[in-house]
Amino acid sequence: MVEASFLFGQFLGGLTTAMFLFLIASGLSLVFGVMRVLNFAHGSFYMLGAYIAWQVVQWVAPTPHRFWLAALAAAVGVALLGAIIERLLLRHLYGREELYQLLFTYALVLILGDAAKAVWGTGQLSVSRPPILSGGLELFGTTLPTYNLFIMLIGPAIAVAVWLVLTRSAAGRMVRAAALDREMLGALGANVGAIYTGMFCVSSFLAGLSGALVTPIESIVPGMDVEIIVEAFIVVVIGGLGSFWGTFWGSVIYGQVLSFGILVFPSFSIFSVFALMAVILIIRPWGLFGRPIR
Amino acid sequence: MRWRGTPWYSRFPWMLVVFVAAFMVPWLGSRYDTFLGTQIAIDALFAVSLNLLLGTTGLVSFGHVAYFGIGAYVCGILMKTYGMPFALALPAAALGAAAFALVFGFFCVRLTKIYFAMLTLAFSQIVWAVCFKWNDVTGGDQGLPDVPYPALDWMSAIPGFDNLRIADQFYLLTLVVVVLSLAAIRRIVASPFGRMLTAIRENPERAAFIGVDVRTYELAVFVLAGGFAGIAGALFGIFNRGVFADYVYWPKSAEVMIMTILGGIEYFWGPVVGAATLVLLNQQITSYTEYWPFVLGVILLVLLFVFPGGIVGGIAAGLARFGNRNGRRVSA
Amino acid sequence: MLEVRGLSKSFAGFFAVTEVNLDVAQGQIAAVIGPNGAGKSTLFNLITGHLQPTAGQVLVHGRDVTGMAPHRICRMGMGRSFQRTNIFPKLTVFENVQAALLAHQGRGRNFWSRSQALCRDESATLLASIGLADQAQMIAGTLSYGNQKQLELGIALASDPKLLLLDEPTAGMSASETHEAIALLERIAKERELTLLFTEHDMAVVFSIAQKIAVMHQGRIIADGSPTAVRADAEVRRVYLGDRP
Repeated sequence: MVEASFLFGQFLGGLTTAMFLFLIASGLSLVFGVMRVLNFAHGSFYMLGAYIAWQVVQWVAPTPHRFWLAALAAAVGVALLGAIIERLLLRHLYGREELYQLLFTYALVLILGDAAKAVWGTGQLSVSRPPILSGGLELFGTTLPTYNLFIMLIGPAIAVAVWLVLTRSAAGRMVRAAALDREMLGALGANVGAIYTGMFCVSSFLAGLSGALVTPIESIVPGMDVEIIVEAFIVVVIGGLGSFWGTFWGSVIYGQVLSFGILVFPSFSIFSVFALMAVILIIRPWGLFGRPIR
Repeated sequence: MRWRGTPWYSRFPWMLVVFVAAFMVPWLGSRYDTFLGTQIAIDALFAVSLNLLLGTTGLVSFGHVAYFGIGAYVCGILMKTYGMPFALALPAAALGAAAFALVFGFFCVRLTKIYFAMLTLAFSQIVWAVCFKWNDVTGGDQGLPDVPYPALDWMSAIPGFDNLRIADQFYLLTLVVVVLSLAAIRRIVASPFGRMLTAIRENPERAAFIGVDVRTYELAVFVLAGGFAGIAGALFGIFNRGVFADYVYWPKSAEVMIMTILGGIEYFWGPVVGAATLVLLNQQITSYTEYWPFVLGVILLVLLFVFPGGIVGGIAAGLARFGNRNGRRVSA
Repeated sequence: MLEVRGLSKSFAGFFAVTEVNLDVAQGQIAAVIGPNGAGKSTLFNLITGHLQPTAGQVLVHGRDVTGMAPHRICRMGMGRSFQRTNIFPKLTVFENVQAALLAHQGRGRNFWSRSQALCRDESATLLASIGLADQAQMIAGTLSYGNQKQLELGIALASDPKLLLLDEPTAGMSASETHEAIALLERIAKERELTLLFTEHDMAVVFSIAQKIAVMHQGRIIADGSPTAVRADAEVRRVYLGDRP
């Protein structure tokens, strides 16, 4: 008989993972939804966010707010990088076949991955929790680190914020229009190019931010870019490619599947992740909230 | 390649010349040349098999390495564990890979574009995970080292071939298998079946409307491509003196796709040129630096922005401008 | 030849096509007209198997083909041309038509012969009959719009259909091109004893060759009969023709 507190602990762990994944996958989902580009390099942006945050922490004298400064710097830095990449390179590929856009993002993965290795080496790096969020909470017999709680809250907070902007603001309306019919929107005089750059920038910001925020929990290593992008893909497929709320619920579901799946199958993760993706693509490729494609 | 109006460079028997030149390598070149030659031949077949999907039918598969890997494991296991002769193990590898392609392909062809690509990737990673974990059969993360060479003593009996090392002999065997496979693929592409495939690539909706059951044709070519990839994999397992799980990992799918596009997907020989180029570049560059992925990324960028038609595409465009043909272009 | 019974299609509650009944006799030339959004293209897609109907039946020569896959409907003798030119852009004109012929002859399973040599004569004859013999070696995507439409007709004819559905065959054509296209269509329909069903916006075309006209409005057929009858129909005038005589 498994203890309830243990199960609850697993549940909380799953939720933390979920919100992390959501932070990352949301950027991926936004870009795909609007620009129809599946950005492999999103994981690389996440990794860069982590490395930049670490770097800033090295440079700045220890103050209580050092962590937040580092996180912000990472997010903004990566956002800037994203904007530059979109403006200078990606935008020339929009007219071409999707395959070429995908390959472009893959080229970025290769380049950014090695660049990070060259700058920060191959060792494991880590960043300590901000003092304000160290410690834990006692909940139903299990300890929840305060930092995890913070992540669990910030995930939905950002989700709601983005959703509000997309549905309530004029800018958001333009973005949604661009997702549906780019040419028409351009013909109406809207600056579609700016919308695309903006989306890519926001997406990169989210990636960089999540990379920075993960540093107290997981070590920064080469290969984290590839690891995370695979999980982000799964989440986006479960939720439905292009659906923002799909990504949210997809993350929640996947987080719990991972958390409890490991109990059932110890070698769960590598096999099951892809088996899950395959099953969904076979049975219901448009995921939970996507538009049916058959 | 088929060119409209036959200029000298199309009537030139390239295939024969290249084959003969390649055949002479063990006598004229060094050990290293033979090594490179084997690698290039195997990758060329792997890339051309992918191009059956990519260039001929317009199917983007991110999981082609699965069939390469299955071929390698099947052949390796049969030869090492069961002592089967190569002459049986090779067809078995091809059939094994084709069988998996049939099962996976059945589900994949019901999807299109990005969903198709993702499912091929998912299946490929499942294959990798199984290879990585199934210690009893595949050796798990230790893999299958010491795959034996096929029995090639009969080759030593041929006059002039007797002072060749086993690696040279295997190279020649590989060359023959690869060339025969390429010839078969070429025949398939030029056949009415191939014509149906290009129709599907150009316009699947229209193809359905001339009576083509798109899904069945796509499945058929998926199986063929898988089978040929399996042959390449079987050869590789022996060449590499072992089969290991990381050869089935997804970056290899990306690598073979880059080879194919680098050479030019619109031309039959494009992937061959791409494979040769990438192998040679890799050898050169990895001797200077460990940052080969970075270089590969840059090559890919240059390819995408400057030479979208690949190397052969670039050459063809240059020659066409030189020959000044109006409104005519090469079709594959 | 073609019988449509109670055909309906709804997209998540919105009925694009409602309870359509249509009969086209063998050898007849029939047209479906209606304002934009009336559901003409949807109707065509339903008949040709592109879309699954929510309700109703489609019968060709008495055989039920409702919801059959497009490639099987094609093999039953139904051909179709599309509103947006739907050809094989990177193949040559000859190869476009040859592909259709090869598919029709069931040679698609042939892995071994060289396709270049097959169906040369039939392709040449077909190209000649639609007036594209001179452009045989040109890449299809580089043809003029009018020529591409002719090619599209050629591809549809290659499958030797008995019933041909044409979705706006003269869309985007100039007056002279339209005239030529219609003359070609009439000639071929007579030569091959085809049954023709087309949609059009160009009223001159419709009234010049159609023997039977069905008028669609908001997913329903509101009138169906000879050109004179339709012209005189008050409902049609109100909805579609306005005050034009």
